[in-house]
Amino acid sequence: MVRETNRHFKFDWITIFLFFLLVGFGWLNILSASHNGATINYLDFSQPFGKQLVFIFLTFGLIILLLAIDAKFYERFSSLIYIISMLSLVGLFIFGKNVNGATSWYAIGGMTLQPSEFAKAATALAVAKYISDLNTNINSFKDQLQTFLIIIIPALLVLLQNDTGSTIVYGAFFFVLYREGLPKYYLTIGLSIIILSVLSLKFGYIITSLIAIILIVVYHFLNKKKIRIYQSILISIAAIAISFGVKFFYQSILQPHQQDRISLWLRLEKDPQKLEKMKQTFAYNLNESEKAISSGGFSGKGFMEGTRTTGKFVPEQHTDYIFSTVGEEWGFLGSAFVVIVFVLLLLRILHLAELQKSQFSRVYGYGVASIIFIHFLVNIGMVMGLIPTIGIPLPLFSYGGSGLWAFTILIFIFIKLDSNRINEW
Amino acid sequence: MRQFLLFITIIGVGLLFISRLFYLQVYNASANNLFEDNAIRKVYDYPKRGFVYDRNGELLVANQPSYDVMVIPREVEPLDTLEFCSLLKIDKEQFIKTYKKAYHYSPRLPSVFVSHLSKEDYAVLQEKMRKFHGFYIQKRSLRHYQTTIGANVLGDIGEVNNAIMNREPYYKMGDLIGKQGVEASYENTLRGVKGIKFIQKDRFNRNIGPYKNGKFDTIPEQGKDITITIDAQLQAYGELLMKNKRGGVIAIEPSSGEILAMVAAPTYDPNILVGRGRSKNFTKLYNDSIAKPLFNRSLQGVYEPGSPFKLMNALIALQEGVMSPNESVTCYRGYKYGNRFMKCHCNYGTRNDMITGIQRSCNAYFATTYRKILDKNGNASDGIDAWSKHAKSFGLGDFLGYDLKVGQKGRIPDRDYYKRLYPKTFYSTYTISNAIGQGEVATTPIQLANMIAAIANRGYYYTPHIIKSIEGETLPEQFTKPKYTTIDKQNFEPVIEGMLQVYKNGTASSLQIKDIDICGKTGTVENYAIIDSVKTQLSDHSIFVAFAPKDNPKIAIAVFVENGYWGSRFAGRVASLMIEKHIKGEVTRTDLEEWLLKHSLENEYNKPYSGEPFRINGETSLQIVEEQEYNQLKEKLNKINKADN
Repeated sequence: MVRETNRHFKFDWITIFLFFLLVGFGWLNILSASHNGATINYLDFSQPFGKQLVFIFLTFGLIILLLAIDAKFYERFSSLIYIISMLSLVGLFIFGKNVNGATSWYAIGGMTLQPSEFAKAATALAVAKYISDLNTNINSFKDQLQTFLIIIIPALLVLLQNDTGSTIVYGAFFFVLYREGLPKYYLTIGLSIIILSVLSLKFGYIITSLIAIILIVVYHFLNKKKIRIYQSILISIAAIAISFGVKFFYQSILQPHQQDRISLWLRLEKDPQKLEKMKQTFAYNLNESEKAISSGGFSGKGFMEGTRTTGKFVPEQHTDYIFSTVGEEWGFLGSAFVVIVFVLLLLRILHLAELQKSQFSRVYGYGVASIIFIHFLVNIGMVMGLIPTIGIPLPLFSYGGSGLWAFTILIFIFIKLDSNRINEW
Repeated sequence: MRQFLLFITIIGVGLLFISRLFYLQVYNASANNLFEDNAIRKVYDYPKRGFVYDRNGELLVANQPSYDVMVIPREVEPLDTLEFCSLLKIDKEQFIKTYKKAYHYSPRLPSVFVSHLSKEDYAVLQEKMRKFHGFYIQKRSLRHYQTTIGANVLGDIGEVNNAIMNREPYYKMGDLIGKQGVEASYENTLRGVKGIKFIQKDRFNRNIGPYKNGKFDTIPEQGKDITITIDAQLQAYGELLMKNKRGGVIAIEPSSGEILAMVAAPTYDPNILVGRGRSKNFTKLYNDSIAKPLFNRSLQGVYEPGSPFKLMNALIALQEGVMSPNESVTCYRGYKYGNRFMKCHCNYGTRNDMITGIQRSCNAYFATTYRKILDKNGNASDGIDAWSKHAKSFGLGDFLGYDLKVGQKGRIPDRDYYKRLYPKTFYSTYTISNAIGQGEVATTPIQLANMIAAIANRGYYYTPHIIKSIEGETLPEQFTKPKYTTIDKQNFEPVIEGMLQVYKNGTASSLQIKDIDICGKTGTVENYAIIDSVKTQLSDHSIFVAFAPKDNPKIAIAVFVENGYWGSRFAGRVASLMIEKHIKGEVTRTDLEEWLLKHSLENEYNKPYSGEPFRINGETSLQIVEEQEYNQLKEKLNKINKADN
């Protein structure tokens, strides 16, 4: 009986607090980035800050709805939700509206909806459902393949709509699968491929291959008894193939603008004139955003005082580049604060996920944390020039109704699941 | 272990981001300076540049508005090009070319379409401007010279260059700065301080509005007017007399050090360096390496002073007590020292004391005097140092410290100077040319005029200066405090008496002016040029120094006329006329005026470049200016004389 009465207070208020902290601070920065100097009418719904305010208000209704639904519903209907979500992605090819080169929007009346945002949550549910099934053994190759299929379908659909950013998000599920027992060699192979690729782009494939072979040989002689000679030789050949393959991939498969982004990121271009030209063309956003962040200094220029923000020097500043406003107006203190709040939110969700008794809830929680983490990593990394430019919003911060609602759904389903864990004996 | 992968990755990324933020915002922070923030447009409000008046309150330099037609290509709408072109007085091809150039520069930013419209064109155009979208008229301020004289005094203004901008951050691209003359010397006074407005702009470079409601904006501080010591009429008169000659004239008021006139010939009309023709005309003046109109000969021309320097030797001899005024020297048509001989114009056996020595400019007398000065203690090395010290106390051999930017040190040698030439033995005869102002002695016209002012004052001078007064400021002490020479007052009288005799009975007796006691000294200086690597003698320079009246002098003057032959021929005439003009306000010796206007030395200046052998001095005849030009000069003269009355 006691448990029954306390049920409604079992929501994890820390997560909810961090959620609203980010949404609120995000809105202040959208206001700063999108107002145009005149007196501000907060209810001016033609402006991003006005619209976002509406989206935030609607979020409350959404939250109440999500928390009111029985926790079992999400597990039971996850397959259906996934199928509907995939259909909505397929429907884009017929009814979709093209914005900035990506066909990822439905226009309904005056509103636009981006189904790919919601597909992340649906996929997280489906993956959780599949892995937590008693018949699933993640160590069996067949089940691994099935799981990959669940993840690859939406990833491929958004890639076909030219939304590279959203595709990368599905890489987040690697963390989930690894946690649930995916064999270690996936991690080893994955990391090796990434390191080999970066090294061979930066230093050339010959040097990279040589280094790889030397390392393999050393490793082989240190572990002589465990490893057979043919294994080492095969791995070496694979390493060389990857090093060579990356060059081919970079030069022949990637589109010129993608090549440029990688070239800028790895500082491959040495000619100062070409670099200057890069800064004025495709790297303009990055250059301006870095300058804006840098100009904020330690304590920032103050709320609504950022000259670069006011002058709209950074295009797309209220969406993907919102973090540069934080950097300029709130300085190192404010930016570090935002980073810390994100880290706290992620760690909190992970911590809760580990506490779950049902595997479904745990896998889902892991999915939530991983998806938010990838957004956080790629977006802030990009705005600060640590990662090549990839268009992806900062969760809860960037302007956009679909994004805000999708993350709300993602997080609050988990909060609901978490609140129910006591009943999961 | 598996639980911790994401945990650790998240914390790692968090730390990485914070380090990157620290690097960008703290370690590598660009200072948040409004001037360096390119999101803020800085708009300058230029104050009125101060006016320049002459000593009699005549306005010499004012400002004039200038109108530039500007274009912002993006805002241009289809227009009646035919009408527009005819209003601007350009043809259609030019219109298209200029438009394309402006578009190429920037479609969003204003470019100059047509610069420096005349007032008349502006008036007509202004009425119709509203019809032409994307074009507007920008008003600028240019200098307006109320006169055609004094280019070397007044100077000009032009755009700052990078070197100045790097040195003085006040100046920004496109700002104007004084380049020569008083415009350069009194730049800070004349220009005032510009005001600044900070305007927030967006990434398309469009203005959004004042930054923080104009909290940091400043209002301009007007430039101050200045009055210069030049007498515009005297200056104009001097420039006219020096027409078709090369050289410099400096007239100083001895009782104040004020520069009454400063003529550098040839000169140019200051108006040609204003507006549309500026860069073309400046290049032309700059490239004239023969006549060098931009070279201020009265300040920068270094000449051997010749006979006027004998006055200095006489003064030093009296001060050192090696000669008395009455002591006489016999001249044997020259002076023999060792096995060498210095020629003189005196008749054989003429006995000269100090007064007649100056009057006749006797070389033998001054050679004797110079040797006595140097050999006073039996040691020419000590002697020349003492001699040098006296001469330097008159402001010779170093920068005078006047308030114009250009100048030369000249040269007064001492023992150190001769060390290279004569490292061991040194006798007075080695440097005997200094006795007659040739050899190693070199002065500029202003130094010589200042020396004469010091003689006129009997022992002191005021640093010559061009500034008379600045609105609401007092002059610096360096111009109001007398500087004393090392010569005692009583020693000046015999020398002055000699200078008076130059006019009464001596080398300038033909130049006397009724009712004025003028004290002067002629000079005729040999000079050489290297032509096709052969040292060739040219006609002598004509030099004249004078002050007047003898008591309470009002003017001290030095005149150099290059290749004018003997001293009283050109320089003496110019000096006498300017003295009369300054003291009486009118000229009675119109015969001298006419002679000067009529005679030109241009043929003399062309000789070294003719590529043919030529004759000099007495073996040539003077060039007469053409009738038409003579009449023009005459007319100008009448105008100046009329203005004076």
